[in-house]
Amino acid sequence: MSVKGLYFRGGRPAELLIRGAHLLDPRTGLDGPGDLLVRDGEIAELGAPGALAAPEGVETIEAEGQHLFPGFVDPHVHFRTPGQEHKEDLATGTAAAAAGGFTAVIAMPNTSPTIDDASVLRALREAAELQARVPVGFLAAITRGLKGDDLTEMAELRDAGALGFTDDGRPVVVAGMLRKALQYQRLAGGVLGLHEEDPSLSNGCVMHEGAVSARLGLAGYPSIGESTIVARDAAIAAFEGGRMHFQHLSAAESVEALAYWKGRGAQVTGEASPHHLTLTHEAVLSLDTRFKMNPPLRAESDRQALIAGLKDGTIDCIATDHAPHAAHEKEVPFEEAPNGVTGLETSFASIYTELVKPGIVPLALLVEKLTSGAALFDLCTPKIEVGSPANLALVDLREQWVVGEHGYASRSANSCFHGRAFDGVVKLTVAAGTIAHRHPSTTPATTGVTA
Amino acid sequence: MKHLLSIDDLARADIERVLDRAASFAEVAGREIKKVPALRGRTVVNLFYEASTRTSSSFELAAKRLSADLVSIRAATSSVTKGESLKDTITTLTAYDPAAIVIRSPHAGAAQLVAGWTDAAVVNAGDGKHEHPTQALLDVYTLRQRLGSLDGVKIWIVGDVLHSRVARSDILAFTRMGAQVTLSGPPTLIPRGIEALGCTVEPTLDRLPEADVVYVLRMQRERMEEAYVPSLREYAARYQINAERLQPHQLLMHPGPVNRGVELSGDAIDSPQALIAQQVEAGVVVRMAVLYELLAGANSRAPLSVNPNVESAVAA
Repeated sequence: MSVKGLYFRGGRPAELLIRGAHLLDPRTGLDGPGDLLVRDGEIAELGAPGALAAPEGVETIEAEGQHLFPGFVDPHVHFRTPGQEHKEDLATGTAAAAAGGFTAVIAMPNTSPTIDDASVLRALREAAELQARVPVGFLAAITRGLKGDDLTEMAELRDAGALGFTDDGRPVVVAGMLRKALQYQRLAGGVLGLHEEDPSLSNGCVMHEGAVSARLGLAGYPSIGESTIVARDAAIAAFEGGRMHFQHLSAAESVEALAYWKGRGAQVTGEASPHHLTLTHEAVLSLDTRFKMNPPLRAESDRQALIAGLKDGTIDCIATDHAPHAAHEKEVPFEEAPNGVTGLETSFASIYTELVKPGIVPLALLVEKLTSGAALFDLCTPKIEVGSPANLALVDLREQWVVGEHGYASRSANSCFHGRAFDGVVKLTVAAGTIAHRHPSTTPATTGVTA
Repeated sequence: MKHLLSIDDLARADIERVLDRAASFAEVAGREIKKVPALRGRTVVNLFYEASTRTSSSFELAAKRLSADLVSIRAATSSVTKGESLKDTITTLTAYDPAAIVIRSPHAGAAQLVAGWTDAAVVNAGDGKHEHPTQALLDVYTLRQRLGSLDGVKIWIVGDVLHSRVARSDILAFTRMGAQVTLSGPPTLIPRGIEALGCTVEPTLDRLPEADVVYVLRMQRERMEEAYVPSLREYAARYQINAERLQPHQLLMHPGPVNRGVELSGDAIDSPQALIAQQVEAGVVVRMAVLYELLAGANSRAPLSVNPNVESAVAA
């Protein structure tokens, strides 16, 4: 099944009455308790709490005290398919997405083979239509094999369904190559997603450069290795008038550069990950490989700049950079371990616990930033309004859980939040009108019967 | 003390206890028969993933002088070259029920990982550029033997701090023992943020005469290829410790092996202030004390000053 650039296996259209939840949608202005009726996978009716009754055959979920949000959208995940299915595949990856309240995700092309050819992309779409529990969109590579030498057939890849292009995992090192991709974007369309890193400042580095890397004797990757390339590429985007999205920003200077070029009218956007928003390089003192990712966890001042950027609009959305790795791959010395952490199952809860509960970020802003990734890639933004397809996340903010306590929906367990106690349990996820995730405690209360 | 992974795990009193024990073993080292039965029947595994002469041989000697059974494994001759993971290697070695695993690895945190995979006591014999705690202990031991105390002693560590695990462990150990540590070397080889460890940084040797102890680090030739310094010639001109720069009141140390004519001149190496040979000598007794502390010390509640003649005091 496909829904405007997204592919999934589909399912029986949901018939649901969610009663008494606190409905919160920053885009429609909803912010209060109410009833929501889903018929045939669409939001059919909204009403005051207790106002709606379940028609025959419609399941009722008593959700008083819980929150109902528009489904989250993650524009940055790695599902490792094709080629590395021992880490994740479309079924387990989308199960993790659903467990985290996500109703649409965008998968990166750094697979094996790389998604740099329309035939590979078509095969992947077909796999998604068989396996994906929530709708998945795909980015294709900017350069063949992510090597930075030759452009992919961007126009044909767009026709085959690519939402945009990225060499994520690697930067487009040569400015001239990036410029050509931006020029070609006028023909092909599709946003360029960029992993910003100057290899001459980061080669061989395994963590942020600072007091912690000095202490541990680990090669440090300085913040300017990211920010100088953000500034360079934003200037190229402004010059060419192209659209560019900066992935997983980690450094204060990068936020500054993005704000500067946005101010000059460049069509540039940026994302930040839950781990960069809630952790710093201090975590690496443990030498636990679950804290190894690229870009690395940086200083507290960088984290504060990302939070400020989220609040003032410089950072457009939250993206997990969900990057699963098998246990044996991470059970090695820090320098040897692959980069990346999982994130789909903990995205909302980590930020809710660390930033919303202490009053640093409003809940509505978190919901907005967890859904705004859609529009950046020309996807429909999930909304709680009558007539919209049901893309919903039902969350109990009062309930605590311990990350990893009951395992993970993802095939991999490399969460940087493993063992942490978080508030906010996703009770139910409805994606593109189908029930994609149901927490074991969310059993049908009643099913409506003929009066 | 279950493992020795980092100087951070040791309080000043722990360091003093180990070094007092080392001093008692030094007495044994002076005898014709240099062996005590403290670890008889127990197995020590030396697992070295990097070339090493003095560290591995001094650990071997330390284990043998404590009467332990010793298995020495070099990465080049073991299955690690066949792609076996560190975890699988440790699982295999653990089947021999070793009392201690001494590990040298090119990777930071390797010893800490091993400690999580085995019941044996783990000794970090150098992990990447992270730490080399027994080197720091023998350095403190050498200085204590000479000066009595490190309180208020001004120690300059000179050279390639960026790539030096010795420097990191020494900074921690020296400051913990009350010394004031200053780092000096080419700015490209002084890691950003290192001051957080409680030391100061001087880009030149102009104030070197203030030092009581000059601790010189090894300058590896490959650093030239990586463009950290333009030439060995310029490095030597600015940072080499020679008889001209070394003051008569200063002590000279180096972890070895020395690049004669690069970081140290021949006349400095051979000067009466040099403690380099004493450091090597201290290596064996300090490593004996570490193995003893981990394998016999805590369990046996042995008296602080062990009498190596009395087996019962150290067995149990």
